[in-house]
Amino acid sequence: MTERRFADGALVRVRDLPVKGHMRTPSYVRGRQGRIEGCQGSFPNPEERAYGSDGLPARSLYHVRFRQRDLWPAYAGLAADSLSLDLFEHWLEPAHGT
Amino acid sequence: MHDLGGLPAGPVEKDEHDPSLAERRVDALMSLLMSPGVAAFNVDEMRRTIESLPREVYERHDYYERWLLTIESLLVEKGLLTRAEIEARIAALEADAHD
Repeated sequence: MTERRFADGALVRVRDLPVKGHMRTPSYVRGRQGRIEGCQGSFPNPEERAYGSDGLPARSLYHVRFRQRDLWPAYAGLAADSLSLDLFEHWLEPAHGT
Repeated sequence: MHDLGGLPAGPVEKDEHDPSLAERRVDALMSLLMSPGVAAFNVDEMRRTIESLPREVYERHDYYERWLLTIESLLVEKGLLTRAEIEARIAALEADAHD
């Protein structure tokens, strides 16, 4: 079990890594801020397994919740509307704000 | 065709249909090839390959046809079949069907 870097409730920003090949983080959350809701454990990295590697060491995989308003500039729904995504730790960095 | 979330698109087609025999066979083939005992490729390689289909190929084929193209491509990539063997088998089956 890999030690997790982010605790539940932590604010994180999704890294805007260069796009190359098979990636598991959708473009619409890159650079956006969300909050850690939980961690499912650690898993071999699918972005490396897609190219024949064993994907080790395993990476922590988090539930990250985003406000829809933070993702879509023209979002017309409720302010409380949110979206939860599963994101691997190497895609996340600490963030500060509300 | 990869990372399409958030791009403009038409309405979601919600019609359902019972899978055809051919679709069930493709589904079974995929399960067998990725099963621990066979492990011809893993699900991440499968995703990488289906995402690599050229846009015109991706759009021309339906869900399970894309799976079949992906299976063919991965079996060739892994050296388990050659493209010529696949083509020869298709030709033989087509000849049988016309008898």
